[in-house]
Amino acid sequence: MFVRGLKRKCFDGEEDIEGTLAGIKAIPSYNLQRQSLLDMSLVKLQLCHMLVEPNLCRSVLIANTVRQIQEEMTQDGTWQMINTQSTGQASLDRLVSTDILCRSSRDQAEGKHVPAYGTFNKDFESDQAQDSSETMSTASSVQPPRNLQSNMWEMENPQENKGNFQKSLDQIFETLENKSPNSVEDLFSEVDNSYYDLDTMLTGMMSNTKMGHCDSLETFSSPTNTASNSNCKSDLNDLDHIVEILVES
Amino acid sequence: ADIISTVEFNYTGDLLATGDKGGRVVIFQREQETKSRPLSRGEYNVYSTFQSHEPEFDYLKSLEIEEKINKIRWLPQQNAAHFLLSTNDKTIKLWKISERDKRAEGYNLKDEDGRLREPCRVTELRVPTLKPMDLMVEASPRRTFANAHTYHINSISVNSDYATYLSADDLRINLWHLEVTNRSFNIVDIKPANMEELTEVITAAEFHPHHCNVFVYSSSKGTIRLCDMRSSALCDQHSKFFEEPEDPSSRSFFSEIISSISDVKFSHSGRYMMTRDYLSVKVWDLNMESRPVETYQVHEYLRSKLCSLYENDCIFDKFECCWNGSDSTIMTGSYNNFFRTFERNAHRDTTLEASRESSKPRAILKPRKICTTGKRKKDEITVDSLDFNKKILHTAWHPMENIIAVAATNNLYLFQEKVN
Repeated sequence: MFVRGLKRKCFDGEEDIEGTLAGIKAIPSYNLQRQSLLDMSLVKLQLCHMLVEPNLCRSVLIANTVRQIQEEMTQDGTWQMINTQSTGQASLDRLVSTDILCRSSRDQAEGKHVPAYGTFNKDFESDQAQDSSETMSTASSVQPPRNLQSNMWEMENPQENKGNFQKSLDQIFETLENKSPNSVEDLFSEVDNSYYDLDTMLTGMMSNTKMGHCDSLETFSSPTNTASNSNCKSDLNDLDHIVEILVES
Repeated sequence: ADIISTVEFNYTGDLLATGDKGGRVVIFQREQETKSRPLSRGEYNVYSTFQSHEPEFDYLKSLEIEEKINKIRWLPQQNAAHFLLSTNDKTIKLWKISERDKRAEGYNLKDEDGRLREPCRVTELRVPTLKPMDLMVEASPRRTFANAHTYHINSISVNSDYATYLSADDLRINLWHLEVTNRSFNIVDIKPANMEELTEVITAAEFHPHHCNVFVYSSSKGTIRLCDMRSSALCDQHSKFFEEPEDPSSRSFFSEIISSISDVKFSHSGRYMMTRDYLSVKVWDLNMESRPVETYQVHEYLRSKLCSLYENDCIFDKFECCWNGSDSTIMTGSYNNFFRTFERNAHRDTTLEASRESSKPRAILKPRKICTTGKRKKDEITVDSLDFNKKILHTAWHPMENIIAVAATNNLYLFQEKVN
């Protein structure tokens, strides 16, 4: 019996690529790999096991990995907010929702221990300069970050968290509704586009290599002409997964 | 049978204790050599079984406290009874294991079946006599050391003074006296004032085998700090700091995770210590902080699989390591029920497997080989066919002889050097 994901090649498998032609097609973009690692890490932080306090060492190591990726992305300039009104709002909301999702999954655990992404929050704060007032109000339960981060490693005020959770949920659904598209899929694709505008690498060619990561990466393996559609589909799977977690609560 | 979570020989090697995920402790005793059963020497049989810890519920945090035994450490034997410390995430207990092979008979006030006799029926006085009975091994809890750890206890270590011991959790280390349960001293505290600044945790701690004032603790960033309790009451300042400089050519997003030390053990001599990180075992000379004196690769072929191992969480597995009695050989576990031994002077390493198929009683274990290149030779095992659910995290070596105990999930294997 093999553990899931073992046989699939992640970006570990570069040395197995043979032939120049195949090599050119198959080299996964570094930013893509990094993004997938970030997504994987965030999912790991979200999926805390509920009944028993999760392993602090594991949480710290994952959080450090997230921080490291984030720092690199900041230096690269790929961690930027697009400041146009429509996309800006969407991208901020995307970050808001990820942040809230991380917190809400903790609250899902009835106020259990949750590992964090403290600096994730911090960067989010600093980038809010543009849409400060509006986003501040919608992100009211994201502020104060102190409250969130002090709850990061220790459980305090589970009641407060439940209150925040309800607010967060409301916010997510509010922001989703405000988009006013007809179908859920359109909604997600709109959000996706703005998200991928952040990561400029993804407007380029899609790699053909199989990656060892959940569905989102495997969709990258099929080359398509409409790059944005495949972006949407993959992130749709991602978001589906996250919304599933929310809905299950 | 439950998953074994710790294995430990006592100081003479006659007793072997295992703790499991269900909070039970099982102690095995070595059979004495007898003329009638000459081959039985070296066999370990069950000596005592008891429930050490029960699951608890922390009402304040709304969390369960697992009963899984994280560590067992024996105390040196001082009388006929045996003592050991066992700990789960929050509470340490001192257990006394004693034998009873005599029973008193001829009580004045009690019948043979224990019922009280009518005082008026007692017409004469007699002295009770001791009669032999079937050996009974009793385990009784003598001390409970509780409520001193906010985080999960990962290590306990008995001091060479045989009067104190330390317990370490993710952020703090406490010093206890074996006789005192209502008080412990905090000797290391790495909890930051602002928890969002937390980037490093304590992963293991141990007292020096000879110097009762010295202990070490390892961290999730691959560092080891040696502390001297004579220098100050709170040992936040280390006396020595051991860290190997990072190799910039092999840096990746996983570098920190695989550098996290899962176990630290002093050599019996007290001159060296050994640390286990995800891919290697390192031997350090206590006199040299800049880098280890020896490095052994346990399963270097996994370096190219780190992403997958991160995905399935295997990268967080905490492997232990141990020295043999003379410090000439070190041992640690790997995946697929493989475990590795490294002979330091002979520069020889062996991979062995602990499984039913490959271990018939009295048969010699065949060394295994992992195929790292494309061409697989006969009897070699490819990396892709390794079973990552079969991990050997806990091993122990007899303090004097070449007998090893290997825990493979819920099975315990005992191997012995073949003596002709």
